Amino acid sequence: MEKMTEEQVKSIANMLRKRSLWMIHYCTGCGAMELPPTMTSRYDMERFGLAPYVTSRQADILLITGYLNVKTLRRVITVYEQMLDPKYVIGFGSCTLNGGVYWDSYAVIKQLDRYIPADLYIAGCMPRPEAVISAFRHLMELIDSGKADGYKRYKRNLAYYKENQRKVLG
Amino acid sequence: MVKMILIAIVAPLLAFAIGLSFMMIKRKFVARIQRRYGPTIIQPIFDIMKLLLKEDNISHGIIFSLGPIIAIAGSILSVFFIPIAGLNMLTGSGDLIALLYIMAIGSLGMALGAGDSANPNASIGISRALTLMFGYDLPLVIIVISVALQYHTTDLSAIVAAQANGHWALWSLPLSAIVGFVVTYGALGEHPFDIITAPHEVATGPMVEYGGKHLGFLMINHAFHLYVEIALFVDLFLGGASNIFIFYIKMFAVFFIMMMFDEVLPRFKIDDAVRFFWKWPTVVALISLIIVLVK
Repeated sequence: MEKMTEEQVKSIANMLRKRSLWMIHYCTGCGAMELPPTMTSRYDMERFGLAPYVTSRQADILLITGYLNVKTLRRVITVYEQMLDPKYVIGFGSCTLNGGVYWDSYAVIKQLDRYIPADLYIAGCMPRPEAVISAFRHLMELIDSGKADGYKRYKRNLAYYKENQRKVLG
Repeated sequence: MVKMILIAIVAPLLAFAIGLSFMMIKRKFVARIQRRYGPTIIQPIFDIMKLLLKEDNISHGIIFSLGPIIAIAGSILSVFFIPIAGLNMLTGSGDLIALLYIMAIGSLGMALGAGDSANPNASIGISRALTLMFGYDLPLVIIVISVALQYHTTDLSAIVAAQANGHWALWSLPLSAIVGFVVTYGALGEHPFDIITAPHEVATGPMVEYGGKHLGFLMINHAFHLYVEIALFVDLFLGGASNIFIFYIKMFAVFFIMMMFDEVLPRFKIDDAVRFFWKWPTVVALISLIIVLVK
């Protein structure tokens, strides 16, 4: 039996990873209401091996629902840095994309990707549970093909992200 | 000698397989009670593999990393003390009392590791775990004494042999058997007694700082823990078994009844749980002990 190459080992690891994704959801904005039907019997995301977890050390996905104001951004960055690699970020709702209805607010950050690397966005206000589930399925495909590399980007471009964070947090 | 080494390898693997199969069935069963479709049946294997394959493994100190390993070591050692269907490793004289001490090692390993993480949630969780153990150990010791008095031995394999041909302790000591069921249920931390890990109160308690491969080891330990607690109940009250399939069926029957209770009950507070254990199970266990002494 010939030795397995590094790529083969990685692809097997990714195949296992995408079947078990634990999520910590950061719901200080709106949109938390869409998650209970996604988790419970109506849409049941545990079918795909997704489960809600309570601490940052155990979680794989950081789901940020709705707008993030400057005060909560500091906590989100702490939570993100506490999570263990490989970790993925999903921005949920239009506010994480471009500010949404808060596009001219002084206290809300407009674009999540400038502060922590998002792997995926779910557009809409509000996205329905079907959209959330389809986003998770898409994330699984990205993990399987090795394209969900937000945590690597964060390490590589740490100076860029830290500078953006410093600009708003002071 | 070769046979002993073979048993030493086979027994923990068998225990792990049985515990893991219970974890698999439970995920699906709970989903069906909650009217969900539920995960694939092998979901716990994916979870454990994913945790072991994490690239980052944070550690807060040597004891923090050793905690899960101490817990697994304690669980595997107690597997050797429990006779199943011809696989009797360390069943010498007096092993029932030794087993009671060894079964506490798992909780103590968790306590050491969680204490090293210096997280307040972990400290609350582990103080709850040790307090709960304090609660259910009193009735457990009383029923173990009454079973030992009934069969005039503390040798677990002799107790199993005395219950052959359907003379189960469940029929001769029904009150002790009921208490034994409640105590086993409490030791597993199922629903009214899931105070230790309560995710909404203390964020999974002792496990709050564990992630990556440490959490994977703790999940493996949970499989062993399920096996040890239920196998002890089957050996004490349901007469063990002559082959592994009957043993599995008996264990599954006990676990199935436990799953029925699990998802329909709310959660005790820690003081209520200890008060419960020191009131009803202790009183019933004492009555059972008096019946054995008078007989």
